[in-house]
Amino acid sequence: MNIVASDITSQSFDILIIGAGGAGLRAAIETRSRGLSTAVVCKSLFGKAHTVMAEGGIAASLGNVYPEDGWKVHFRDTMRGGKMLNNWRMAQLHAQEAPDRVLELEAWGALFDRTEDGRIHQRDFGGHKYARLAHVGDRTGLEMIRTLQYKAISMGIEVFMECKILRLLTDSSGNVCGAIGYWRPSGDLILFKAKAVILATGGIGKSWKYTSNSWESTGDGHALAFQVGADMIDMECVQFHPTGMVWPLSVRGLLVTEGVRGDGGVLRNSNNERFMFNYIPDMFRAETADTEEEADRWYADHSSARRTPDLLPRDEVARAINSEVKAGRGSPHGGVFLDIATRLTPDEIKRKLPSMYTQFLELAGVDITRQPMEVGPTCHYMMGGVRVDAETEAATVPGLFAAGEVAGGMHGANRLGGNSLSDLVVFGRRAGIGAADHAEGFSGTPEPEMGQALEAANEAMRPFNDENGESPYTLQADLQDCMQRLVGIIRTEAELRQALEKISELKDRLGRVSVNGGKQYNPSWNLATDLPSMLSLSEMVTRGALERKESRGGHTRDDYPQPDPELGKVNFVQRKRDGEHSIQPEPLLKMPDELKALFEDEH
Amino acid sequence: MTEVTMNIWRGDSNGGNFEQYKLERVEGEVVLDVVHRIQATLAPDLACRWNCKAGKCGSCSAEIDGKPSLMCMTRMDTLPNDTITITPMKTFPIIKDLVTDVSFNYVMARQIPPFTPGKPQPDGTYRMQQVDIDRAQEFHKCIECFLCQDVCHVIRDHEVNKLYYAGPRFFVKLASLEMHPLDTVDRRALMREYLGLGFCNITKCCTEVCPEHIKITDNAIIPLKERVVDASYDPIAWLGRKIRRKSKMTAQEAYELAPARVAPTSLDGIPATAVED
Repeated sequence: MNIVASDITSQSFDILIIGAGGAGLRAAIETRSRGLSTAVVCKSLFGKAHTVMAEGGIAASLGNVYPEDGWKVHFRDTMRGGKMLNNWRMAQLHAQEAPDRVLELEAWGALFDRTEDGRIHQRDFGGHKYARLAHVGDRTGLEMIRTLQYKAISMGIEVFMECKILRLLTDSSGNVCGAIGYWRPSGDLILFKAKAVILATGGIGKSWKYTSNSWESTGDGHALAFQVGADMIDMECVQFHPTGMVWPLSVRGLLVTEGVRGDGGVLRNSNNERFMFNYIPDMFRAETADTEEEADRWYADHSSARRTPDLLPRDEVARAINSEVKAGRGSPHGGVFLDIATRLTPDEIKRKLPSMYTQFLELAGVDITRQPMEVGPTCHYMMGGVRVDAETEAATVPGLFAAGEVAGGMHGANRLGGNSLSDLVVFGRRAGIGAADHAEGFSGTPEPEMGQALEAANEAMRPFNDENGESPYTLQADLQDCMQRLVGIIRTEAELRQALEKISELKDRLGRVSVNGGKQYNPSWNLATDLPSMLSLSEMVTRGALERKESRGGHTRDDYPQPDPELGKVNFVQRKRDGEHSIQPEPLLKMPDELKALFEDEH
Repeated sequence: MTEVTMNIWRGDSNGGNFEQYKLERVEGEVVLDVVHRIQATLAPDLACRWNCKAGKCGSCSAEIDGKPSLMCMTRMDTLPNDTITITPMKTFPIIKDLVTDVSFNYVMARQIPPFTPGKPQPDGTYRMQQVDIDRAQEFHKCIECFLCQDVCHVIRDHEVNKLYYAGPRFFVKLASLEMHPLDTVDRRALMREYLGLGFCNITKCCTEVCPEHIKITDNAIIPLKERVVDASYDPIAWLGRKIRRKSKMTAQEAYELAPARVAPTSLDGIPATAVED
């Protein structure tokens, strides 16, 4: 089939938001409250975005449990967790504004667990000095998305469900002013025109074999932004969450919340040894317990004991588990043991971690009130992404904004648990304000170039023209195998080069993918249209990983096992100009002296 | 290695039939894994919804051997037969294969007057005791899988009632608002006159299929029915209202607060065309 302009219906809005998770919805609430017509599009049904799977909580220095907490402590924890690669201004705004955003969710109906005196309770998490995560048992993301969802509904925000965006569109001067996509139920094409576009597309995990992410996390926003020439930063910084399920195979990678360790769960190897005491890095030695006795005391009282190494930042714990398994001290199915049953009673476990209890009982036949869990690293989160202005979330291409996981900078080289939900609402709101200001200053009507739309549409339809090509499922499986083996938690130059060759081969094969059946709700075609994003994303991650010749945060190079202070001063920036993919180091934003002082007790 | 036969309904709004797929059993799999293997090998265009694969998002609802269930949380080894039948949810119109048009629920969501809190404490925050939010938190566990809507006879067997009946999912939503310590809107008359609370004849089918184990009938619907009756007929309730934080609203007044009024189509309340189940 050959698509012509008359095959495409179009709709106009002031603001187009791609993605209906926490960031997209929070942005929509902001633009709608400014009276701007706002369309939100999402690949799944409304309310099913990946935010729903966030478990442990939302980090904000409310100081309800530890009054000595405050934004400066949160800021410092975030920067140190990110190995100082963060955009300091984003980390500062995030720490300062997160408490207001949490209280706002409460005013919109969210019901967080309470303290004795009726305020929002806060739980311990890795890398956070104080108990800081507002939470609802272990289903905080569900509470957040439902709250934002019904707030959006109450404001009359239009959500276009089950719509896949294929490409961002620009006008003749290069401003982003629309997008082309298709409705999954019908396969019909749709063109959106808008004065500003906000990317809130979330993550990337689907390019790996074992991931905590759903099918939607194909890096669409990363690929869309890169294609229109936006700067992308820190694409090598992928977080492998230390605790994913490892068995049964069919659920391998499924997330086990860090809340298990926050509430007292400890990691053990097959010798029943609490191995994390052997993996305390210098950076965190001063504030980490070095005996089991001290670590155990810390759970009850943070002032007289130092924190348990089980709650080191995620990059440290994931690498430690990886090493234990490699050294032959793993669990029967290739993970390590995570034990909560020896610290909490069955009733406490069922109350504090209800979905973990159900998940293990129903999917693995393991009763976590009596038995330890088997866990191992799983591809979880993308720190890197679209380079944005900290205040407005504007990308480097006019008309384009990005918030949430698709944006880069906030988390540096490693994200602390609980900082993503707060990221969504802090920067979702700011992106909404930024895009609204841009739209209000826009004169005339958005005129996306039709040629771009037709090119994208015809490319998307191409797999129907070829009956005997390759299955998109095979291509996906090969990509996942490649990224899992060669661009995983520990990387080397030789393997990364091998991965680049493989990705290039897969890109060639993408042109020969074919699908059978019609356009209507056809999952193989839907996958075929996700593959270009997955490949583009994988290439960016691999190229970034090759360039960063050091180990920092989520990026670990076996051939460069130490951090390099010089590389700690730069972002690797990837961009596309005239079809050419470039990557180069550019200096980080300079942190003002008064904030630098917060880190001066360090060497 | 033993084999399993999956008997899956294939078709669209014009009709369809069952197709059989034979596969090897793999240890530890859930029904959704098997459906994914069918997509990857035997029927690439077989349509089904899914997202989280962990019972948290409520996307992969279907009827497995006749029982409304999440495909991602149904282990193959819990199903006794060697032939397993999967059909789409019956209550909603078919889009394709196992995918149904669940927009009824999104329309209904707009009929409900939203959460409206009272004034905060002088410091701008709210205080609530855990014991006062336990019940509403149970309702907030809802993952909107719509299995309760699917199984409910009032709309499963009587299409016309969809115009006048919110269904168990939205009774749970209404109960969560009614029992939210901060909310100030009185939706009782609205529930009785427009949202069809009276149609529920408490057969508890919804409670049985709820993957979150929310006691929909006992903890949401029956207490709502009691409150609605109190509001309408009980003279003692007048005193109760004096100490309640909510002032009494008519159905019309409450409805004015709803984001949209799409269904029921008539503002005259539930007409005689609705069918008692």
